[in-house]
Amino acid sequence: MALVEIRDVYKSFQRDTQRIDVFTGLTLDIDAGSFTALMGPSGSGKSTLLNLIAGLDKPTRGTVRVGGEAVSEMSASQLAAWRARHIGFVFQSFNLLPVLTAYQNVELPLLLTRLSGKERNERVKIALDVVGLADRADHYPRQLSGGQEQRTAIARAIVADPTVMLLDEPTGQLDAKSSQEVLALLQRLNSEFTKTIIIVTHDAHAAERAKMVLHLEKGDLIEKPRATAAAMR
Amino acid sequence: MKYFRLVLANLGRHRLRTVLTILSVALALFLFASLRSVTTTLAATAQFGGARRLVTTNATGLVFPLPLAYGNRIKALPGVTGLSWANWFGGKYGDGKRFFANFAVDAESYLKIYPEIVLPADQRDAFLKDRTGALIGKRLLSQFGWKLGQNVTLQGTIFPGDWTFTVDGVYTPTDPAIGDDVLIFHHDYFDERIGRAGIAGWYIVEIDDVSHAPAVAKSIDDLFRNSSSPTKTGTEREFQATFATMWGNVSFLMSTIGLAVVFAILLVTANAMMMSARERTGEIAVLKTIGFSDRLLFALVMVEAGVMALTGAVLGLGGAKLFYPAINFNGLGFLPGFTVAPSTLIIGALVAIGLMLASGLAPALRAARLPIVQALRHVE
Ligand SMILES: Nc1ncnc2c1ncn2[C@@H]1O[C@H](COP(=O)(O)OP(=O)(O)O)[C@@H](O)[C@H]1O
Ligand SMILES: [Mg+2]
Repeated sequence: MALVEIRDVYKSFQRDTQRIDVFTGLTLDIDAGSFTALMGPSGSGKSTLLNLIAGLDKPTRGTVRVGGEAVSEMSASQLAAWRARHIGFVFQSFNLLPVLTAYQNVELPLLLTRLSGKERNERVKIALDVVGLADRADHYPRQLSGGQEQRTAIARAIVADPTVMLLDEPTGQLDAKSSQEVLALLQRLNSEFTKTIIIVTHDAHAAERAKMVLHLEKGDLIEKPRATAAAMR
Repeated sequence: MKYFRLVLANLGRHRLRTVLTILSVALALFLFASLRSVTTTLAATAQFGGARRLVTTNATGLVFPLPLAYGNRIKALPGVTGLSWANWFGGKYGDGKRFFANFAVDAESYLKIYPEIVLPADQRDAFLKDRTGALIGKRLLSQFGWKLGQNVTLQGTIFPGDWTFTVDGVYTPTDPAIGDDVLIFHHDYFDERIGRAGIAGWYIVEIDDVSHAPAVAKSIDDLFRNSSSPTKTGTEREFQATFATMWGNVSFLMSTIGLAVVFAILLVTANAMMMSARERTGEIAVLKTIGFSDRLLFALVMVEAGVMALTGAVLGLGGAKLFYPAINFNGLGFLPGFTVAPSTLIIGALVAIGLMLASGLAPALRAARLPIVQALRHVE
């Protein structure tokens, strides 16, 4: 059984009088421990797909299951608790709360658990260590570089040990060097810690590091082996 | 509580705005406590004030005098057992910055009708014998550093000239309503210096029985109804209240300005809360993505409003409670025994809770209801 099961999902948005059909019967499986890159032109529904998996949005029709649980059927309060437990999400920008230090930002998901202050402290330290920012714990986001901010966001996404990591264009605003650092980190998380990662990206380098590349084209899925994706450059 | 740091961090986001909001809440509640205390002090004064004493003034207004000749006619009325009279003097001492009440009284009858004015017998005798003597409340001793037996010169404001009195006695009132920062001197000396005008500012009428008060008051006012100076007789309470309104329309201040200020502050606070909630749309969406529930976010915003409202309340109400005793406030002598009553503190605290609900509710609901996907699209 796949970790993420998307079954015959329809998703449409109403904008004024116009209806936008993003997905019309999308079916997709993503296995545990995989590293999937989701590519495709702007407006093809990549973010919408991540949102559906994270339970941030609901399909118009069809089911989304993660770890056997029907995410698409849960209530708002069930979803909040479920996300805290199973999802680590990283956005392109605006990830960190500017009033909190890197440490405090990473600690946020743990506040929702029953862990003691001491246990939280240990986990935050480990997470910051994994992303190589142990020495930046007390820095505020404005004191960090873009790459460091995204690595802090990744530390926050892994700190509660989620089932799936979802990243929506995490390198979209980073320079080439920072992007490479972030991607190398993700690859390490996948290979060393067997984290399941789904990343939306425009960056062919990112796709190269992924084990599987999915192409969305107007809501339709084109699965391509990695070699083809690399050749498309 | 582990979330409290998050609340504090958010309050620290715009430190100046937070401080100003808290200060405006504090100011509003300080004003509220002050204004309400004027009313409660007057009400308390009325309860202390001798129920067996009535005060007769000129019906036209307190500033208009009555003929001295009324005294004997009032005394002759049934139910009247004692009578004294007094006249507002309004003298300034020194630079006049520290105001205190001073008036001329018919000394012997005045001290008899006010047993609450207590002083050693020898000082009392000395005062009664000394035409230019004065009695002072004990607070004036410390306030001006006066000593028993020294001369004190007041500058007349209504009645011009330098008026020098010898401090013959220092009294301690047994009842806070009397006031311990008043200077009184002989009416006869006063009358002489103003050329025997034969005027009294007000009469104090002692009656035989409290239950006769309305009837006696009516018979006094009836007696002078058709004279050149009709009178108005009421209880001491009413008199104190009129006196207090002379220097500021207290009830007007209370009801209008007080409420307007509290309301204005409410708007300021609500606006500040709304602004900070709006700026944080993206952050709230991120917190929801992490798994913060709608209920938790609602609570966090409410607690934030609550911390501001309650800090303001503690500063404002606590400030009023401590401030007035510290400066020995007694409303320039018109509000003896001025105190911020516990009921005022309770009502003030309720106002603060109301303020918290009113200013926190809208942004808290907004945070709880924020749709994540829309909010994030808006931000990115
Ligand atoms: N909340 C929304 N309301 C209206 N239209 C939306 C909303 N979210 C996405 N869309 C539309 O759905 C399509 C897919 O959007 P999105 O998933 O953000 O694309 P991508 O991330 O691939 O650029 C776009 O046409 C977009 O305008
Ligand atoms: Mg997108």
